[in-house]
Amino acid sequence: MAVETIKAPVASRPDARHRTGKARWFVLAAAVLVGLLILAPILIMVLNAFKSPSDYSQNGPLSWPHGLYFDGLKAFWERVNFPQKLWNSIFISGVVAIFGTLLSLLNAYAIGIGKIKGRLWVVTLFLLATMLPQEALIYPLFTMAQNVGLGNSPWSVIIIFTVIQSAFGTYLLASVLATFPKALLEAAALDGAGRWTVLWKVVFPIVRPTLSVLMIFFFIWTWNEFFIPLVMLTTNDTQTIPIALASLQGDRMMDAPTTNAGALISLVPALIFFLLFQRTLTRGVTAGSVK
Amino acid sequence: MTTQTLGKDAAAKQQAATPRPKRKAPHWVAYLPYLLPGLAAFVLVIGIPLVTNIMYSFQKWKGGMAPHTWVGLDNYQALLHDDAFWTSFRNSISMIVAMVIVPTIIGLLLASVLFDYLGKRFGSRTASVLRATYYLPQILPVAVAGVLWNWILNAQTGAVNEILRSLGVDNPPNWLGSPDTAMPSVMLVLVWVQIGYPVVIFMSALQRVDPELYEAAELDGAGWGRRFRAITLPQIKPETFVVVLTCTVAALKVFGPIYVLTRGGPEGSTLVPSYYSYLNFFDKSKVGYGAAIATVLTLVIVLVAVVILVVQARSERKEAEGH
Repeated sequence: MAVETIKAPVASRPDARHRTGKARWFVLAAAVLVGLLILAPILIMVLNAFKSPSDYSQNGPLSWPHGLYFDGLKAFWERVNFPQKLWNSIFISGVVAIFGTLLSLLNAYAIGIGKIKGRLWVVTLFLLATMLPQEALIYPLFTMAQNVGLGNSPWSVIIIFTVIQSAFGTYLLASVLATFPKALLEAAALDGAGRWTVLWKVVFPIVRPTLSVLMIFFFIWTWNEFFIPLVMLTTNDTQTIPIALASLQGDRMMDAPTTNAGALISLVPALIFFLLFQRTLTRGVTAGSVK
Repeated sequence: MTTQTLGKDAAAKQQAATPRPKRKAPHWVAYLPYLLPGLAAFVLVIGIPLVTNIMYSFQKWKGGMAPHTWVGLDNYQALLHDDAFWTSFRNSISMIVAMVIVPTIIGLLLASVLFDYLGKRFGSRTASVLRATYYLPQILPVAVAGVLWNWILNAQTGAVNEILRSLGVDNPPNWLGSPDTAMPSVMLVLVWVQIGYPVVIFMSALQRVDPELYEAAELDGAGWGRRFRAITLPQIKPETFVVVLTCTVAALKVFGPIYVLTRGGPEGSTLVPSYYSYLNFFDKSKVGYGAAIATVLTLVIVLVAVVILVVQARSERKEAEGH
């Protein structure tokens, strides 16, 4: 169950034995076709994001745009006040990523290295929590937030997601730390290092790669979250990008180019993030599933 | 826990006379402070709300300042006779087909073609580019994917119907707007969103399998299909369980795509439990009823998860005995 960094396989070259045969080209064509089918909606979106409404209604969704049209993008940008939504999303996701990882590390330090009593129960509890439907928590959370003056505040969402994400993070990290080399801990103890020092001077540097995977995960997951922000962030100025986009649905100004430009610009941050951390991520997706 | 600590303390005091280094408490107690913030936050954000929600489910409450009335099991009794409630759980089965069964089967096939066939014939670079393509829908925020598909499938201005009309179809279907086509359309979108996840997991699982197994089978003249059944499937069982478990839980919880695509309509044809409970909470102001739906959903999810975990444990035990 460890998040051992799976070594990226050395890029293999096709070996001679397998090179023969024409069937392989058919299989490749089929696999590429599947890829194109999956890409099709995204390609259509890009194609129609910069097309004027009249161009769209005349030439349909598959034609090449006659000239670049930026009014859809502009309309969406101004209507939702995109920079503000972008900042809301970055702020919430960023703080959750940091706090969530920190909390996971503290929990996992007690469970994986401290081997506290009843740790199996704690881990099971956290694991079960990751399965709970958010509907079973939302109304009390909503009421609690209102009562403590955090209604419609990004901090209510930050606190909730810090805990939800760290439940998963603890589960994952605890199993990683359970296999932490004992010799290192003993050596540090002999040098007179306390638990706090051991955590930051010995454990932290070694699990840093796993922590960064967790952090990227928490960021993207929180960024993509829909239900809790939808309920908790009730006014325009506090909303995150996905909520702002969804709340414009059915709006009159949302013609085809505006919808596409809005969807496109809303997925750009996630896409940039994905491309930047692609290798770390594909490593991370498999984390926890592989022994 | 406290009594135990106290007992050890007393023991330590007795030992104090001897020159041995005194140990106040078991080793792990010193680590408790590290768990405290996490545990406190957990109780506050998950424990208390979960229990409170269950209490709401025994009440009649319109939310806000309205009075709470205890009604016992009335909400649950009403659920039994509520068609919408049963429909929502029946629709959950469609969600499981679209988010678990279809993606797992197709994903397994794609992963094994990419890894075992294309990877060997065209190099692993080709395989990983294709894998990244399949994974792309997974990184889109679900709301973005929903808005995009909502436009593509829109009856008047949507891309699909524009294309159909240009091909001479006079009356293209209202994909998301008619009860017959809404559910299949939603399922298609969910398959599209979901497919990359099993592909990535299964491909990494296949990298774990000893290549010598395949080579030996190949030398014995086993074709690709034989190798798939005799080697691939049994070897990646652990990952298959993980995929099935996580996707089933996700399918039972699905909310975002429904909210953005259909809002449960038309005529409840795409209603799911999570959306139904949301509707009761924030639209109909029937908090107690919404809480009861959410509680039932929680129980169903926990039950399904436990069943999958038990089946997995049993299958692992069987394998261990087989060796």
